[in-house]
Amino acid sequence: MINIWEVKETNEMIEQENLDVRTITLGVSLLDCIDADLKKLNQNIYNKITKTAQNLAAVGEEIEREFAIPIVNKRISVTPIALVGGAACKTPEDFATIADTMDAAAKEVGVNLIGGYSALVSKGMTAADELLIRSIPMALCRTERVCSSVNLASSKTGINMDAVRLMGEILLEVAERSKDRDSVDCMKLVVFCNAPDDNPFMAGAFHGVTEADAVLNIGVSGPGVVKTALEKVRGESFETLCETIKKTAFKVTRVGQLVAQEASRMLGIPFGIIDLSLAPTPAIGDSVADILCEIGLEYAGAPGTTAALALLNDQVKKGGVMASSYVGGLSGAFIPVSEDQGMIDSVQAGAITLEKLEAMTCVCSVGLDMIAIPGDTSAASISGIIADEMALGMVNQKTTAARLIPVIGKGVGDTVEFGGLFGYAPIMPVNTFSCKDFISRKGRIPAPIHSFKN
Amino acid sequence: MEKSADKTIITVVGKDTVGIIAKVCTYLAENGINVLDISQTIVQDFFNMMMIVDMNGAQKPFGECSKDLEQLGEEIGVSIKCQREEIFRKMHRI
Repeated sequence: MINIWEVKETNEMIEQENLDVRTITLGVSLLDCIDADLKKLNQNIYNKITKTAQNLAAVGEEIEREFAIPIVNKRISVTPIALVGGAACKTPEDFATIADTMDAAAKEVGVNLIGGYSALVSKGMTAADELLIRSIPMALCRTERVCSSVNLASSKTGINMDAVRLMGEILLEVAERSKDRDSVDCMKLVVFCNAPDDNPFMAGAFHGVTEADAVLNIGVSGPGVVKTALEKVRGESFETLCETIKKTAFKVTRVGQLVAQEASRMLGIPFGIIDLSLAPTPAIGDSVADILCEIGLEYAGAPGTTAALALLNDQVKKGGVMASSYVGGLSGAFIPVSEDQGMIDSVQAGAITLEKLEAMTCVCSVGLDMIAIPGDTSAASISGIIADEMALGMVNQKTTAARLIPVIGKGVGDTVEFGGLFGYAPIMPVNTFSCKDFISRKGRIPAPIHSFKN
Repeated sequence: MEKSADKTIITVVGKDTVGIIAKVCTYLAENGINVLDISQTIVQDFFNMMMIVDMNGAQKPFGECSKDLEQLGEEIGVSIKCQREEIFRKMHRI
């Protein structure tokens, strides 16, 4: 029988330590919507999304009520649109009409973000892929809820440098189009190496072609819970530290598993995976950087940060894997700058640099995330940063990503406000030496050798 | 979306006053909710009570009972929360 102390512990996690389920993401396949007629295609997409997701928000709310656990976001991911729109779309404008349809469908069913305005181009781009990529600035700037992602590299295929070069230019164009709003539309765009098919987190969620017709993926959270648990073991050995993180991650993930099973049953849609990521928010006490400080660093970014993060990430997985029947997605600690108050403090204290963040992404998901950079950064330099991040993922056989926000009209020392869960960010300096000649080379970087590992 | 023979946990947390248990139990009795177990303790001057109840015979749906109890809590000056037992069982039992 459950005792009063266990009940008290759970409720304190929810009420005081920001335990929540970060997202229920419904993946919807649009492959059966394909039509050569653009109007028909848009109609099919709208119908499929609104029909499949009609009860998503209501079910989320019912689960929240029954367990008194907040479910912060209900979202939708769809099949990469470059695949769906290839037959009907002849211009970037044609593709952008699909973004309009996704936006309208998301509003209709009451989800705050819809992902999958995506292309998978890790080896090469089809004509449709390129049209979609070129339509991204237009699509993101005229829709509210659509998120876009492009997979530029993988461990099996190498890095598509033509696409990396193009994305540097596209990102600046997105920034330029939303410059009157601090280039905020860039936060709806992310590039990947080894993008997972079942990621529930935005902006990178899309419904992979290996997936079933519809599937539910859940992202848990709980940095505050881990931080509070670690406060009780200050000064103890690494063994105690690791055991504490593992046990806490187990408890947090079990809540996600329960919500996943309930949602799956109530919606009649199969449960896909739980994403074991520690996802911070700008709320005080909901920070991954604060956990690193609790482990023993003055600020995230101090020497030892990469080791502490590696430890944290690994223990979260070890605890979480046993708590869930299926694990997938990104599964790792997120280290976004703007969405994590502890990380913002680090930047403001001068404790962390872009280069240190890059090193940290070697040992955790998901990459350079929500980093504001000066608006006068060149497209080639942005492509260079992206290429570096892709290389880390490619060689280490893990997912990496880059979600950079070049803020037009602002520079180092300025701050940008993204609002709500997206937080705010001080603009970080970028290395100003040129990589133009490197980026302007055509073609792709070959896949790395998978033996002789050193 | 009716279901399950699951138990429900009602927690009452707040400043101790006369008649908290009586008021909560009166509501439960009037609405056909059966109390299976009660435990209670005082932590740092705060009244903490946990009731395990069976709501299968309840006259109102879960959401409505939960709202009523929340409101009752506000009247007494304590916080009352209704949750399906499963969230605790999942978290604390393998």
